[in-house]
Amino acid sequence: MTELSLIRNFSIIAHIDHGKSTLADRLIQFTGGLSDREMSEQVLDNMDIERERGITIKAQTVRLNYTAQDGLTYELNLMDTPGHVDFAYEVSRSLAACEGALLVVDAAQGVEAQTLANVYQSIEHDHEIVPVINKIDLPAAEPEKVRAEIEDIIGIDASNAVLTSAKSGIGIAEVLEAVVTRIPPPRGDRAAPLTAMLVDSWYDPYLGVVILVRVIDGVIKKGLSVKFMAGGTEHLIDRVGCMRPKIDQLDELGPGEIGFITAQIKEVAQARVGDTITTVKGGAVQALPGFKEVQPVVFCGLFPVDAADFEKLRESIARLRLNDASFSFEMESSAALGFGFRCGFLGLLHLEIIQERLTREYDLDLITTAPSVVYRIQLRASKTDDACEIMLHNPADYPDPSRIEQIDEPWIKATIYTPDEYLGSILKLCQDRRGVQTGLTYVGGRAQVGYELPLNEVVFDFYDRLKSISRGYASFDYEQIGLREGDLVKMGIMVNGDPVDALSMIVHRSVAEERGRLMCERLKDLIPRHLFKIPIQAAIGGKVIARETISAMRKDVTAKCYGGDISRKKKLLEKQKKGKARMREYGNVSIPQEAFIAALRMGEE
Amino acid sequence: MARALYIHWPFCLKKCPYCDFNSHVRAGVDAELWQRALLADMRHEAALAGGESLTSIFFGGGTPSLMPPALVAALLAEAERLWGFAPDIEITLEANPSSVEAANFAGLAAAGVNRVSLGLQSLDDSALKFLGRLHDVKEGLKALETGQERFRRVSFDLIYALPGHTPESWSDELDRALGFGTEHLSVYQLTIEPGTRFATDVRAGQFTPLDDDAAADLFALTRDRTAAAGLPAYEISNHARPGAESRHNLTYWRYQDYCGIGPGAHGRRGGMATVRHRKPENWLESIAAKAHGIAEERKLGLAEQASEALLMGLRLGEGIDLAALSRRFGMPPGELIDADRLVFHCGLGLAWQQGSLVGVTEAGMPLLDALLGELVPAALVNA
Ligand SMILES: Nc1nc2c(ncn2[C@@H]2O[C@H](COP(=O)(O)OP(=O)(O)OP(=O)(O)O)[C@@H](O)[C@H]2O)c(=O)[nH]1
Ligand SMILES: [Mg+2]
Repeated sequence: MTELSLIRNFSIIAHIDHGKSTLADRLIQFTGGLSDREMSEQVLDNMDIERERGITIKAQTVRLNYTAQDGLTYELNLMDTPGHVDFAYEVSRSLAACEGALLVVDAAQGVEAQTLANVYQSIEHDHEIVPVINKIDLPAAEPEKVRAEIEDIIGIDASNAVLTSAKSGIGIAEVLEAVVTRIPPPRGDRAAPLTAMLVDSWYDPYLGVVILVRVIDGVIKKGLSVKFMAGGTEHLIDRVGCMRPKIDQLDELGPGEIGFITAQIKEVAQARVGDTITTVKGGAVQALPGFKEVQPVVFCGLFPVDAADFEKLRESIARLRLNDASFSFEMESSAALGFGFRCGFLGLLHLEIIQERLTREYDLDLITTAPSVVYRIQLRASKTDDACEIMLHNPADYPDPSRIEQIDEPWIKATIYTPDEYLGSILKLCQDRRGVQTGLTYVGGRAQVGYELPLNEVVFDFYDRLKSISRGYASFDYEQIGLREGDLVKMGIMVNGDPVDALSMIVHRSVAEERGRLMCERLKDLIPRHLFKIPIQAAIGGKVIARETISAMRKDVTAKCYGGDISRKKKLLEKQKKGKARMREYGNVSIPQEAFIAALRMGEE
Repeated sequence: MARALYIHWPFCLKKCPYCDFNSHVRAGVDAELWQRALLADMRHEAALAGGESLTSIFFGGGTPSLMPPALVAALLAEAERLWGFAPDIEITLEANPSSVEAANFAGLAAAGVNRVSLGLQSLDDSALKFLGRLHDVKEGLKALETGQERFRRVSFDLIYALPGHTPESWSDELDRALGFGTEHLSVYQLTIEPGTRFATDVRAGQFTPLDDDAAADLFALTRDRTAAAGLPAYEISNHARPGAESRHNLTYWRYQDYCGIGPGAHGRRGGMATVRHRKPENWLESIAAKAHGIAEERKLGLAEQASEALLMGLRLGEGIDLAALSRRFGMPPGELIDADRLVFHCGLGLAWQQGSLVGVTEAGMPLLDALLGELVPAALVNA
């Protein structure tokens, strides 16, 4: 164990892409955690999908040994966090395990929505915040302007902000010195009963369930019998260690330290994040406060393209869930799509990522239905049923409209942060999405707008639209503010006369016609021409509100079949059959899988 | 027992920008070496698929009209010795309509060639230029005339649905083409094949291929015009006076056995698919080492053979005979074709069925690839 005064625990927080993971790279490199040969860019982003998209999804903790200018060697526990709003809960957990934070701000972009959201969380934890103005190498960098922004907007002292270029390795030593001199060491009592916070847990194919802990008081070591206070289970610790970022086994973790343990736990579900770990004998009485539960907010159906893959999908979802307790799933069946799962996610990016991981890591072909939110519906009594209240997760389960007394939908409070010049279009976007403005403040050349919005208007493509109308400059953060009544109807889509339940959606009556028209236009482009013409209709109840027609295919033939070479024609046919397997048949129409998602990106371009 | 022999001559003076066939430009081809090699390849096939007299031989390429007549004569003499010739054997040679090659026609006819297929490609000079052809219309028509004098049977090729082709311009050109009075005509819509220079040009935005709707109109127009002139379509792109169809090509489409020799040639014999080495040098090497040019020989399963028979057979106006295929491949007719989809597409007027005969209608022909995807059961494709 390390003496408390030589420990520093800190998170790196920022808006998305401001350079947290790159800064972490430099800190690891500087302190010799990895050799140059072992180093790669954003080395902590180790999931394929993180590497490909260049974003952090899962927070990562590394221990660094740093010999400071005072001649002492410190144990630094660094936690790199994601910047995207969907993964904000990862940030909040990490913050709970630290005494301070490096607040990274892009010198060219300045303060953005997640900068604010994350720094406020950090302030709530009473953290020491060290501002780091990064990317000073960029020609557009304006560190002094950003320094002023940090002071004006966030209200923290930025006079001694560290200027860095994580990319070119400028200011790294200064960051490390600031960590040591400005962030306070943890407090704790080695002699007190063990109290450790269960910060995170994940499934590792070699180690089984791994638990990230922050020890508050006492000592955790191999062979110790511990209990999870909220979960109520007991376990024997069989491994104690830390990541540097390579796994390093240790004898123990003392007060103030962050590290991992394993205890032959089979399921991640048993190691609930936020739980308190103590000893079976002579343990603590008082549990730590724990974390706020994360609630999925966006739902969609996931169905295997090939019905025979249902079991495989079930297993894969269950396995993915081992590593990501933040999404929910339950079985669902659809007339058109067969058996699948209704899944809940933290946001659209989260949805996209889970879907992509299922497709790639588990080699599944999936159909994703329209994302939707959860509605609360009050039903009147009927001859056979009593009045009741239902929570509607799936538009396909929309009840008989004559029984509906009232529908409530979830609303959010959005904070949008944007350069002045895009404000007009952003206000218009929010207004079009049934938004209610709650505030507007200007700071420097930027505006901060508050809006209350129905979540169902946001799950379509609000975020994409916001990014595109502001050329990527506007940023967005939100929190849920409960349910409100709305005039909502179910809009169904019929292709060649057959209803396609996976495309039905719940919309506000005022936008139904426009949505229906857009949807029909989209589908017209997305469904390939067939050998016959295909009408596409949008309808509410029995009433058609929009229609389009896909004209019949005119030509698809290999002109020359030459010299007895049949193999090429055969390949063509094989390709065609494979393509067909990726489509869903509705009556005689094949709808490509992409159509289900793409049709719902309701951009008004 | 194969009764059709294909001989590939892989050399061209120049590679055309639309062509994705196995053709190569080489300076100085050693005719003697090639003669010995092709003869060896031929003997190999005859030993495996001989026994019945040949009904057709086809010299394709490349540009087989560049072959010295003596070489053609030697190949034909050997083929006759190995297989024997049916009395009315059809011997076709593909020819470039240039003056140099036309000068060869007499020699080729004397060697035994009795049918020529001329790569005229267009009756418009600017189109010929676009297609990268070395001849112009005048020279081409001269060669056609010589061809008609020298050979009993003459066919020629045209490429249409070029960028800018309109129903008017194409029907004009087609009318002129039909006026030459040949018994056979092949008209191919321009398709942009991967790996060709045209594919690069299209990607670079140099030109845009004619869109499918316009091409479909031209296709229909072609079928009407040729039928009215007494040369109805008997295959997607082939038109003939009844009885004057290319017997050799019918062998492919009716999915009967054929031997293919020379670089890149394909063959089917006794349920076996053969492919020769594509690159001339590799093929020669193989001949030197093994006395044949085969790169791959693969036994086809019955399901795969059945799928090939459908792919080829449905190109023909006459269609396929399910009862005959069922006997041939030992499969119930219900497994040869998707009966539900057939009924559905007959309803749409794209396919027809008469007893055990099944085919594609005039309206269905321009959609054949899509139709095959519907009619050929998945089990045959994935088998
Ligand atoms: N020019 C320049 N680019 C930088 C610097 N630091 C990071 N970047 C680049 O900014 C992009 C984002 O960097 P990351 O380190 O992945 O950002 P992040 O904050 O971890 O992003 P999320 O984890 O997705 O929120 C990458 O392309 C980096 O190469 C810097 O100092 N200068
Ligand atoms: Mg990152």
